[in-house]
Amino acid sequence: MRLRRGRATQAIAFTLLSLAMAGVLVALGTILSFILVRGVGVISWEFLTSFPRQAMTEGGIFPALVGTLCLAVGTLFFSLPLGAFAAIYLVEYARQGLLVRIIRMAVNNLAGVPSVVFGLFGLAFFVRALGFGISILSGSLTLAFLVLPVIIRASEEALRAVPQEFREGSLALGATKWQTIRKVVLPVGLPGILTGAILALGRAAGETAPIIFTAAVFSARLPDSVLSPVMALPYHLFVMATESIFYEETRPIQYGTAIVLLGLVLTIDLVAIIIRYRIRRRRRW
Amino acid sequence: MMSDTAAMETPPPMVETIIKVEDLNFYYGSFQALRHIPLEIPKTRVTAIIGPSGCGKSTFLKVLNRMFEIIPGARAEGKVLFWGRNILSREVDPVDLRRQIGMVFQKPNPFPKSIFENVAYGLRVNGKTSNLKERVEWALRRAALWDEVKDNLHRSAFELSGGQQQRLCIARALAVEPQVLLMDEPCSALDPLATAKIEDLIDQLKREYTVVIVTHNMQQAARVSDFAAVFLTGGELVEYDETKKIFENPKDKRVEDYITGKFG
Ligand SMILES: Nc1ncnc2c1ncn2[C@@H]1O[C@H](COP(=O)(O)OP(=O)(O)O)[C@@H](O)[C@H]1O
Ligand SMILES: [Mg+2]
Repeated sequence: MRLRRGRATQAIAFTLLSLAMAGVLVALGTILSFILVRGVGVISWEFLTSFPRQAMTEGGIFPALVGTLCLAVGTLFFSLPLGAFAAIYLVEYARQGLLVRIIRMAVNNLAGVPSVVFGLFGLAFFVRALGFGISILSGSLTLAFLVLPVIIRASEEALRAVPQEFREGSLALGATKWQTIRKVVLPVGLPGILTGAILALGRAAGETAPIIFTAAVFSARLPDSVLSPVMALPYHLFVMATESIFYEETRPIQYGTAIVLLGLVLTIDLVAIIIRYRIRRRRRW
Repeated sequence: MMSDTAAMETPPPMVETIIKVEDLNFYYGSFQALRHIPLEIPKTRVTAIIGPSGCGKSTFLKVLNRMFEIIPGARAEGKVLFWGRNILSREVDPVDLRRQIGMVFQKPNPFPKSIFENVAYGLRVNGKTSNLKERVEWALRRAALWDEVKDNLHRSAFELSGGQQQRLCIARALAVEPQVLLMDEPCSALDPLATAKIEDLIDQLKREYTVVIVTHNMQQAARVSDFAAVFLTGGELVEYDETKKIFENPKDKRVEDYITGKFG
């Protein structure tokens, strides 16, 4: 009797879960097809590699694509080493006490701060106080701070997953702590750290708010230094949809830009997933 | 197992003490894992640490090379004199100490690197990178592994069998040229054949190295060791003598029960 009721409950739970899953897939499918149907017509090599023309009602998105890539590389350049070193400190060096708990809480809270706040901070600090102006540098630093918590947490996880036996084996051979970290812990943990960083990057590439005040401009040539302002895909989209007087005429280009942005983010995530899959398959300890 | 009574009356051979433990107490936080341990470990002999599980055998080994220091809240009191110098004192650098007192763990733990790099690791971190190849070969030969791996030095260490991995870990430890080798149940994860190979190896090694081996296998202790220290639950050392005396004529009733219990 009880067994049968258990089965019934299980069946209901399973159905509900399936429905929830189906709901998610439908929502995702709707969004994707909505964008694809409207924008796929404008996608071409030409679209990706040419400059906007006629107040953006014609032409391509090349400078925005380049700008977003520059910001992504810059973000990684600052956030990966900083995040990885912070995680190494937290996992390998810090005494697991009150201080570490406070740091970890601060990091987690940082992750909850709305991205526009990072944008304003970037404006006040990097653009104004440090005088970097509206530039790739300011934008990358701002985005780096935005993704830092994610990278720290992913790196901490990756380092914790390194078996303790490796550390013990190394220390017992007369290696110092730093040698152990550099030669054993990091090589084993690095793919995990990279995966986390790349996933964080995917998020940064799609953010608009942090770069509005720090890096992105409505129209620009290709950047010639890290102090140049740039166009960027999410900002480009935002401007075309809300501020251009030709927002009707630019509709197809808006959807095309959305597709490119989505494609870029999904590609980045895919790379991360492939790396993670390859580590899991290779791992044999 | 039993030998003639004449052997029992032979006085202990005069051997030099390499490590002298005096009144060692050990704590994990407030839990005391070792109590007032005295022990003199003879040079170039095999000393077995035996006793039921949880009696502090691994803990004792971890004190000898100060590996316990990586455990938060663990602390040792008393003296561990290595060539007369107290290695528990602050002036002794644990990194230097571990180069002289090597360790092999219960579960083979090669690094996720090639066979060659595993053995070279200790040399590299020690800055002994001249004649690297020769040193690696020497260590692998010492660990009786060379013939089996000489054509595959650049394969991953994980491709080796468990027994080979354990001998690789021994080679890795020997490469650094320690004086003492600590082994914590080195065969507990291995099959009888691989175990026999390691035991033969220990027999070879004791000519030049001091070996301290933890085992809960009585037969193994009887086979490989010259001296045996019996720990009992609570972290006390109850008897320490030549192995054959311990097995043939234990003085302490609890030791006799333990040994015979294991045999029966
Ligand atoms: N890291 C640790 N933290 C707290 N207690 C420990 C730790 N390691 C071992 N102990 C305790 O110390 C005692 C001795 O452990 P151990 O030396 O591993 O025993 P053995 O190797 O003889 O089986 C056991 O009671 C065990 O529970
Ligand atoms: Mg043990």
